Amino acid sequence: MSAYLSLFRIRFLHNLQYRTAALAGLATQYAWGFMRLLALRAFYAENPAAFPLTFAQAADYVWLQQAFLALYTMWDYDPDIIESVRGGHIAYDLVRPVDMYARWFATTMARRVARAALRCAPILLVAFVLPDPMRLHLPASMLAFALYVLSTMLSVGVASALTTLVYIAHFQLLNFSGLRLMVAAVVDMLSGFTIPLPFYPQALQNVLNLLPFASMHDLPLRLYSGHIAGMAAVQGVALQAFWLAMLLLVGHWWMGRQLQRVIVQGG
Amino acid sequence: MRLYLSYFSMHLKSQMQYKGNFVMLLLGQFLVAFASIIGIVFLFARFHQVDGFTFSEVLLCYAAILMAFTLAETFGRGFDRFPVIISNGEFDRALVRPRSLVFQVLVSQIDLTRLGRLLQALLVFAWALPRSGVAWTPDKVLTLALMVFCGAALFFALFVVYAALSFFTLEGLEFMNILTDGGREFGSYPFSIYGKEVLRFVTWVIPLALVQYYPLLYLTGRSANVLHMLTPVLSLLFLLPAWALWRVGLRHYKSTGS
Repeated sequence: MSAYLSLFRIRFLHNLQYRTAALAGLATQYAWGFMRLLALRAFYAENPAAFPLTFAQAADYVWLQQAFLALYTMWDYDPDIIESVRGGHIAYDLVRPVDMYARWFATTMARRVARAALRCAPILLVAFVLPDPMRLHLPASMLAFALYVLSTMLSVGVASALTTLVYIAHFQLLNFSGLRLMVAAVVDMLSGFTIPLPFYPQALQNVLNLLPFASMHDLPLRLYSGHIAGMAAVQGVALQAFWLAMLLLVGHWWMGRQLQRVIVQGG
Repeated sequence: MRLYLSYFSMHLKSQMQYKGNFVMLLLGQFLVAFASIIGIVFLFARFHQVDGFTFSEVLLCYAAILMAFTLAETFGRGFDRFPVIISNGEFDRALVRPRSLVFQVLVSQIDLTRLGRLLQALLVFAWALPRSGVAWTPDKVLTLALMVFCGAALFFALFVVYAALSFFTLEGLEFMNILTDGGREFGSYPFSIYGKEVLRFVTWVIPLALVQYYPLLYLTGRSANVLHMLTPVLSLLFLLPAWALWRVGLRHYKSTGS
């Protein structure tokens, strides 16, 4: 376990190097969050009664989403892992006495957390001081906040496990830019990234709430503002834990199978 | 032109090398656009209209912008990828070749997988055109064509600005995303819904509203002012500062040396 923790630490520090890129990204995320909220505000003005959240909850949703974007989206992949499969240095990794699956999972997680850590503070800060309907509010209660933190940790796990599955698919495909794009689009749609899940038709929500994609992104953002609370919140977090365990098991099993047949060409 | 065509077929062939991946990329591009339309569909199922615009009117707007952006991106992808060309030194090679630089950057990448999105735009047009309640007289057809083609030119100009800036920074500037990808994403709705300040910004600074909001007013019969129909032409003026910035950047260029 300590090997994976230190791997996490090394990759985390490695990813902290790119500070300029993070700064440039900040401006993008402010603008993106702001435009999203302005669009939602236009719909809110149309008919507040049809709005499934309070506007304050929607604002919290959008700002937390932008601040911790790197934790949940499926847009970003580690070029080192891709290159290790494509270029064949995976051969070196294979002789190391570490579990390959855990290694990739830890790397992925470190990348997500580092990128989010670099960006979140300034975004949260500005989001807190915006004028009222648009601003980020304090969590609904101490309990909501605790659930939010726990659920966010689980969601990073679920997202990282899913990313690792896509890496493993790489063994079969070699050129997987197409697969990545498809996964990203589907996850955006089903995880509430395009529009928050409460805006979907009820029947569809009932299904989507059970899928792992809601566990990746939608659930923690709604726990924070208390949109999901009480028994439903506990069930949601339990479901997250279930998906995390499932994805880890499937990933571990699939990795084992792929590694048995992997052929490294030449040296 | 013949040279362009042979580059075109070269890119086509190279992208066809990984056929499965090409198909998945096409499909992926389609799905990315599909995600945004799903958002629009569900929001309208709940709210029915926004800022006075109906569902089919917004779809017209969405499809026009998507098509404009996709055309610009398919053929102008070389400029979108330009920071890479600069940082790996490929640009030095371009400088010594006896062809115009713009041409060489243009043909360095033609990304045909983006056509998956074009298909989406066409499908949405096919659905929305008859339902929009617009009487398709020649002037309305012209307005829509102007929206698409001047829009493509405008997005292309934004890619050139992005490329020109990387002469100074050597790396891509992520904030340009707001204007290009963001223009596409948020341009799905008429820009007026975002409020006066945003509308003013996309009218006077980055003239995205000139290819979207104003001609849409004419198209949907909200305005009979012929000027509104012709605003997309005005947006072409944006090509001038983009070109100027490119020239300035070029003069400033120092090789990265690798």
